[in-house]
Amino acid sequence: MVKFNRFILDNGLRVIVHEDSTTPMAVLNILYDVGARDENPGQTGFAHLFEHLMFGGSVNIPNYDGPLQRVGGENNAFTSNDITNYYITLPSANLETAFWLESDRMLNLAFSEKSLEVQRNVVIEEFKQRYLNQPYGDVWLKLRPMVYKSHPYQWATIGKTIKHIEDAKIEDVKAFFKKHYNPQNAIMVVGGDVKTEEIKAMAEKWFGPIPAGEKYNRNLPQEQPQNEERRETFTAKVPLNDVYIAFQMGGRLDDSYYAVELMSDILSRGNSSRLHRSLIKDKQLFSEVHAYITGSLDKGMFVLEGKPLEHVSIEQAEQALWDEVEKLKNEEVPADELTKVKNKTESTMVFSEMSLLDKAMNLAFYELMGDADGFNHETAKFLAVTAGEIKAHANTIFTKENSSTLVYLAQAVNEPVQLISE
Amino acid sequence: MTELDRKTPPQFNGVENITLIRPEATKLANGANIFTFNSGDLDLVRIEWIFHNLRFDPAKPLLNVAVNTMLTEGTSKLTAAQIADKIDFYGAFLQVDFSYDHSQVTLYTLTKHLNLTLPVIKDILTDSIFPQKELETFVRNQQQKLQVSLQKNDFVARRAFNKALYGETIYGLAAQPEDFQSLKREDLLEKYKEMYQPDNCNIIIAGKADPQILEAVTKTFEGAWGEVTVPADTTQPDLNPSVERFIYVENADAIQSAIRIGTPFVNRTHPDFHALQVLNTVLGGYFGSRLMTNIREDKGYTYGIGSGMSSFKQTGSFFIASEVGADVCKAAVAEIEKEVNLLKTNLIPDEELSLVRNFMLGSLLGSLENVLSHADKFKNLYFAGLDYDYYERYTQTVKNITPEDLKALANKYFDFENFYKVIVGKY
Repeated sequence: MVKFNRFILDNGLRVIVHEDSTTPMAVLNILYDVGARDENPGQTGFAHLFEHLMFGGSVNIPNYDGPLQRVGGENNAFTSNDITNYYITLPSANLETAFWLESDRMLNLAFSEKSLEVQRNVVIEEFKQRYLNQPYGDVWLKLRPMVYKSHPYQWATIGKTIKHIEDAKIEDVKAFFKKHYNPQNAIMVVGGDVKTEEIKAMAEKWFGPIPAGEKYNRNLPQEQPQNEERRETFTAKVPLNDVYIAFQMGGRLDDSYYAVELMSDILSRGNSSRLHRSLIKDKQLFSEVHAYITGSLDKGMFVLEGKPLEHVSIEQAEQALWDEVEKLKNEEVPADELTKVKNKTESTMVFSEMSLLDKAMNLAFYELMGDADGFNHETAKFLAVTAGEIKAHANTIFTKENSSTLVYLAQAVNEPVQLISE
Repeated sequence: MTELDRKTPPQFNGVENITLIRPEATKLANGANIFTFNSGDLDLVRIEWIFHNLRFDPAKPLLNVAVNTMLTEGTSKLTAAQIADKIDFYGAFLQVDFSYDHSQVTLYTLTKHLNLTLPVIKDILTDSIFPQKELETFVRNQQQKLQVSLQKNDFVARRAFNKALYGETIYGLAAQPEDFQSLKREDLLEKYKEMYQPDNCNIIIAGKADPQILEAVTKTFEGAWGEVTVPADTTQPDLNPSVERFIYVENADAIQSAIRIGTPFVNRTHPDFHALQVLNTVLGGYFGSRLMTNIREDKGYTYGIGSGMSSFKQTGSFFIASEVGADVCKAAVAEIEKEVNLLKTNLIPDEELSLVRNFMLGSLLGSLENVLSHADKFKNLYFAGLDYDYYERYTQTVKNITPEDLKALANKYFDFENFYKVIVGKY
């Protein structure tokens, strides 16, 4: 049970305080309700590039990191298709420094050309490092546009192409800031060795004077149900064949979410899971196999992925994955197996309470979904899932017409040559 | 009301007191040590069983790691499937981990299920049989995974670097895909019996580790673990570094090159270690470090660059690592050299050093998030043969070291010409 207090400033900033006196530290987490899904299709990768620019100095503070490090703090941020989240951890005695820094960059950025130029390069190197220079690194660049034909989830947070990042202009940066970075579109969580009354005073002092800005009204093209089997095969410089089968599924707020997440656990969580046991151990068809969901706020993806052993054909590998989901469609999950995945979820929720930062991020995300207190009711929702629901959802999700299959075929690669010289 | 001053940073406080939780220590009659950290409100516990690795045999480089990884694959009473079922059913997590100096088994569990999960651990530590069929699966799958990793430049760079620094030792020799073929079940069994003995075992309990928990662990692991054949030989052969200092693995398709530059180094037990941690932090140990500021934030050559120090039982290392655009690889290496040499010629400005001091102390405080982190700090000390005054000396050094001291240390320890330099990709 994670307790918290909640208040809203006049400018619309939602603030949540979680008091935890067992630590000498404090966390300040700000979630901005903007992600890659809010980008213009001609300027993808922008939310993430923008996240980098948030560290390039604000209107009154030329350097963001230095003053924080000086008071013993650390920070980072991430961007997803749905949200952008910034966090600071620091000794609680120095919490006001975090308020000073975060409020100034919510007030206004410095918008320096130099910072834009450098961060464009950094993000381009990130693109290369994570997506292009790794075997299978480009999978999400290929798979997303297969599953999504109209929803902006069709591009990854890094963007569709390096070109979009290269083309980013300072005017675009300013417009993006104005549209998304204001108190009405943000949720702040302060946690740790703090008192709610003090946080109220600090929030009023530092964030209270920031103009409310305009409320961003999201109106995204929703993805229509898929009714055709989709398939693409690539020959690539990868060491092994690899098969991905992605299915559309409901969004994070859909009632089906809990049953579907447990279904992915049944398939793939831990060494007792079905895919591991059946396809790696018993039938010996794959060296690796996984099932997971993206958990996105709008319509999500349920993904099956496996690297078949060398003697196994792609057809055999795909068939084996289909056989496993057919079982879920035809037979109810036995009671013991369902209890097992519920127990695992329950203990994971308890373990997640060990980390102050995890608690803060969770409270912010649940508040975005409607109510921070949802975090405390999550376990109960998983425990309420029935075998019948899982079977019903399996029948809705796992059809050929709802599938997108992506195959990597390994092309013989040259072994790297080791050259030694003085 | 006066206008809010947004330009001046708020007042701040230094980190004064860092208090570490120390364990309760017990030694069982069979030689196993138990260290208990009892704190926290959540009804969960982490238990680790940590063993010193056996002497490394370069002819069988995979043996230590294979024995550790396969501990979950079957005992004379339980199949791999039954082990997985029992652990997963109770919502517990069972992990095996291999590092250069130690092999370990870790159990995370809600305390209410401990009595049901503990016997499984007892079984795998005392009665593993390494079934032939499971060994074949292990070989097949690990070989494939290694093939994938060998396509990653940073992975290849790390291996080449370790080989150059340490030669054919447990620290230096990484397996090739074909080495998996030579794994034999008899060898695994023999190594297992020699290594997984109570007097080579340290049990560390952290979480809600009240007296009943300690008693349950004690009852389960006291007494003989089976027939003792030979005592565990945990000595290691001497290191034999390479004479070649520049290693270039060319990959014509690379769009980025992995760089790893460094040298064998002192470890935690050396009196200069803490001061070198400060020097390392200035150079590449935090986001605002000189390497990040210059090579990422000013030049945009990379997504990330950093330096670090590894501390092992027998040795240590200092290294700088990055992945940079293939076209700017030479320029990046030149900038790295420049930054290393600046530490030898110029004093670190007071303002920068005071920032690093505060950052390091804040980081130490922040790393003590919960009782598990206190146990982790203890492991750093205990396995290096150090006492808690180590952290006292750390905070004193961080607070008091001078720019002159750091410049002298840079001159004593950093000789860029003689550093090992590994490039994988294009140069």
